[in-house]
Amino acid sequence: MQLIHLAWVDYTVLIAYVAFVLGIGWMLARYMKTSSDFLTSARSIPTWVTGLAFISANLGALELVGMAASGAKYGIATAHFYWVGAIPAMIFLAVFMMPFYYGSKARSVPEYLQMRFNKPVMGLNAVAFAVMTVFASGISMNALAKLLNQLLGWNYHVALFICSGVVLIYVLKGGLTSAIYTEVLQFFMIVLGFAPVVYLGLKDVGGWHAMNHSLQGVATDPSALYLKGAGITYAADAWTSAWKPVLAGPANNPMGVDWFAIVFGLGFVLSFGYWCTNFLVVQRAMAAKNMAAARNTPLVAAVPKMLFPFLVIVPGMIAVALTSLPDKNYRIPPPILSQEVYAQAVDAVKSASPADSAAGVKAVGDALGKPVSAEKIASLIAANAKDKLSDEQIEKGIYNSIAENDYDGVILSLVKKYCPPGLLGLALTALLASFMSGMAGNVTAFNTVWTYNLYQAFFVPGKSDDHYFWMGKFITVVGIGLSIACAYFARQYNNCMDIIQLVFGFVNAPLFATFLLGMFWKRTTSIGAFLGLFGGIGASALFHAVTIAHGNAPGVKGGYIHVLGEYPSEMAQNFWLAAFAFTVCFTLTLVISLATRRTKTDDELKGLVYSLTPKIKSDNLPFFLQPGVVGILLLIACVILNIIFW
Amino acid sequence: MGLDIRWPIGLMFTLIGVLLTGYGAVNRAGSTIGIDGQEININLIWGIVLLVFGVLMLLGAMCGKKTPPAA
Repeated sequence: MQLIHLAWVDYTVLIAYVAFVLGIGWMLARYMKTSSDFLTSARSIPTWVTGLAFISANLGALELVGMAASGAKYGIATAHFYWVGAIPAMIFLAVFMMPFYYGSKARSVPEYLQMRFNKPVMGLNAVAFAVMTVFASGISMNALAKLLNQLLGWNYHVALFICSGVVLIYVLKGGLTSAIYTEVLQFFMIVLGFAPVVYLGLKDVGGWHAMNHSLQGVATDPSALYLKGAGITYAADAWTSAWKPVLAGPANNPMGVDWFAIVFGLGFVLSFGYWCTNFLVVQRAMAAKNMAAARNTPLVAAVPKMLFPFLVIVPGMIAVALTSLPDKNYRIPPPILSQEVYAQAVDAVKSASPADSAAGVKAVGDALGKPVSAEKIASLIAANAKDKLSDEQIEKGIYNSIAENDYDGVILSLVKKYCPPGLLGLALTALLASFMSGMAGNVTAFNTVWTYNLYQAFFVPGKSDDHYFWMGKFITVVGIGLSIACAYFARQYNNCMDIIQLVFGFVNAPLFATFLLGMFWKRTTSIGAFLGLFGGIGASALFHAVTIAHGNAPGVKGGYIHVLGEYPSEMAQNFWLAAFAFTVCFTLTLVISLATRRTKTDDELKGLVYSLTPKIKSDNLPFFLQPGVVGILLLIACVILNIIFW
Repeated sequence: MGLDIRWPIGLMFTLIGVLLTGYGAVNRAGSTIGIDGQEININLIWGIVLLVFGVLMLLGAMCGKKTPPAA
């Protein structure tokens, strides 16, 4: 029922892509002469390339899949993740923070912390980041191999090893530059691969206004499409308006969040925490060829980022609209079930009698192990009793009556619906490309942090550059191996992955407070930074242990010590956790810094702290091209978008 | 860094554009999607879009070659 069959033209597109990324790696190999070439691209990349790579490193396949899923679940409000949760932070990074990252000549984000504070603070960040990035890589590869297995029927292990092998080859040959160049290629593939799907989908639902009209109908009774439980209803604009439902309170929007959580939790803490401190993206800006290019990188990236909601979120909204239109013969996919399970359910339908449909419904539900729509199964049984339906028809009827949605399947179901062979190959290759470049991005960030900030800083200092170049390559191989191991771990222990990602959330939430105080307040001391960060991580864990989201049982989801607070949704809990951790870290760092003596003089902090760094003069740039001005223009554009979709 | 990325990008999309355009032109039935009563040969249309994009990239790369990069 769910397998896609690829034609020769689809395979040709795929093979062309693989050939090109390998070719790029090969051609770059001759330029890899030093560890700096390999690990940091020796600061040689033009702005438009670093800008697109910056956004591409962030736009992994999981985001593509996840944003379509969220678009279906929450409608246009999902755009908050972009217009509130990304653009302001990217502008801040470009205008205020890149001068320190780039000007300090730090080779990584943890290295900035070493220069500003000391090795222990750097070590804390470096170790946490290294571990997180390897796991992120593994999660990505597991999702890819699983997808290829479920969708195309490829063997999981073969898919995993071949894709990892391709990444290994081109990163080993061309280093960070290879990763950056293929990220740019991936960017165009995603835009060009998915734009036709969005175009055809919008045409199919009758256009943008017709889609919104359908969504307004859905908002008043979301349970009909299994979007929410029975009895829940929203105002008509719940899926089509980004702010009004949020301002109306957690009970009135599908996300279950309040405006403060969105603005402060997501828009400030989580957003700035990610965009301003995550080395995966910042590394791309640090590879730029000069300071102006480095500052412009996030600004260049902000333009497509602002427009991406129309590419990645709208498919989810299209899917909901299509499901609500009965003549479109489409529904948001149900959870994937094996052919055997479907066969058993088909048998249950065939052996059920229309007179006792309740028993028949129960039998089908038991066979599937999922909730089903009693009406639809009953009418299916009746239809089968009247004119004997084929197995295929019964299967389709069962498929349409499963009362649960697998939102992660939305984007692929739309690709299946609208892409003939040819275009199908392009869309699938785009998806594959983004998974693979997710691994490449993580591995290139990992190998830099390991080689310079762990190996060179703590274990084996003072060796020749050749030695570190060799180590960079060696750890790339190790990194890919570890990613594969993490992929298997993720596959085996699904629940453990939730715990691991939870821990990473704890580590990331307070991080921005440390950077903020470090960059903008010369009085911040190393002890203050270290203890503040530690305290912030502890505060995250504590907050999580005493709060729970509505509908969750205490345990992995939180509240296992005692439930002191309940939130309307996991997202709300997450945003408030971030806000709390940030505040704790900020306060602790501030107080402890005031109570301890500074270990660095003003001179040592020159170029690392705002008040001690001469302002960058952009005399030769026309007024409109100066980062500050461009930043303001982008912010205005962002505000306009928010107003349009208010 | 030595390799202007516009070359591989331009080349790849030109090739894929030619492939999709050709397939769309030859296999019309298999490349057409029926939407709202309209028949859209999406392979042909999008193939041409990709081809144009690829060629523009290649032109950009050729222009880049003529002006030597600033030291």
